[in-house]
Amino acid sequence: MKYLDEYRDAAAARRLLAAISRKARRPWVLMEVCGGQTHSIVKYGIDELLPAGIELVHGPGCPVCVTSLEMIDRAHAIAARRDVIFCSFGDMLRVPGSRGDLLALKSQGADVRIVYSPLDAVKLAAGNPKRAVVFFAIGFETTAPANAMAASLAKKRGLPNFSLLVSHVLTPPAITAILQCPGNRVQAFLGPGHVCTVMGTAEYEPIARHYRVPVIISGFEPLDLLDAIFRAVRQLEDGCAEVEIAYARAVRPQGNEASRKLIDEVFEVCDRKWRGVGSIPKSGYKLRWEYRDYDAERRFEVEDIETRESPICISGQVLRGIKKPRDCPAFGKQCTPDTPLGATMVSAEGACAAYYAYGRYLRVRR
Amino acid sequence: MCLAIPGKLVSIERESDLLMGKVDFGGTARRVCLEHVPDARPGEYLLVHVGFALSRIDEAEAKRVFEFLEEMDQLGELEAPPS
Repeated sequence: MKYLDEYRDAAAARRLLAAISRKARRPWVLMEVCGGQTHSIVKYGIDELLPAGIELVHGPGCPVCVTSLEMIDRAHAIAARRDVIFCSFGDMLRVPGSRGDLLALKSQGADVRIVYSPLDAVKLAAGNPKRAVVFFAIGFETTAPANAMAASLAKKRGLPNFSLLVSHVLTPPAITAILQCPGNRVQAFLGPGHVCTVMGTAEYEPIARHYRVPVIISGFEPLDLLDAIFRAVRQLEDGCAEVEIAYARAVRPQGNEASRKLIDEVFEVCDRKWRGVGSIPKSGYKLRWEYRDYDAERRFEVEDIETRESPICISGQVLRGIKKPRDCPAFGKQCTPDTPLGATMVSAEGACAAYYAYGRYLRVRR
Repeated sequence: MCLAIPGKLVSIERESDLLMGKVDFGGTARRVCLEHVPDARPGEYLLVHVGFALSRIDEAEAKRVFEFLEEMDQLGELEAPPS
């Protein structure tokens, strides 16, 4: 496929690796922010090809992973209602809450459906006027325009039976939380390419300046990542700390202005609890007051349930780049994609799940 | 989850109040919302996430990494690092 295959070219990748080796004089720790980037890095073994001393640690950018247990339990409670058609992206269905996952609920007869797009959920609501259609609106800024469009369309078309269970998360507050964390090791970020396609790069400028960290906005293919790693190493070696776009075929500095406008119309910033990390101030979106009629949390009274996380799981430290999946005693043993103990194993894009999928449990430290 | 895939815009059509289009992803066609890329024209590549076009792919920028490698080649920067 055009714009994918050429960025997987092995010869070009070797040349970029040579450029990185030439530039790197000292050891550096880089964090890739997105789960999709982690997945690519582990799939292609990029971290193992880098010169010794250049270490990649894996960031918190998997929205499925960081969706709080409380929110998953809330989704479960709403989806269990007989009058509800509960719609979700496929990746959320296998995530275990305190009472099991949505897929198990579906097998017990609940009407849980996988949709490709939030706009499909709006269509379902129009076609099923007697049922309440609820869409589980999770995601980073990348997914916010489509989710905002679903809310906006439902309002415009007057669909009283449509609502969204919103659990949106934002990237810049998460990066800031990592930098403020005692024991932080991250010296540069490979920034979230698709988040910035929507939001632009302005929000990262103060982070780069204040914490003196280069932020290289990166794509997701091997050449994109290697190009971004080269630029990060170049900045670090040269003593720079700037925001640089290494994914300019998709990202403009101002982002997509129409998307940003719609997001601002539908959502407002709120505090959000991240699974494995805890509450981060101003790190999420919720529906604005004008959209309260489309808020599933208002529409369906759901009691908060006591939740309990595994005491062994170290996903919180993995999400902050302090530890690697193989540092966990449960990794690949009690904790696998079929029986995940925590955030970073529940979705294919989580660091632990990526390590597991590409066979890295075979080298678990003993 | 933030997976977005480049696809070629085949046709544009209005679906009641929404600007939509057919996008080809290496042989698989999908209907995609074009509301936030209103200037997109058939034949052009778009970056699509959950059925929603986020951006038009900039063809000139797409070549940049390959041009960078060319430059490095000419400068002799890509020979094996001194050991």
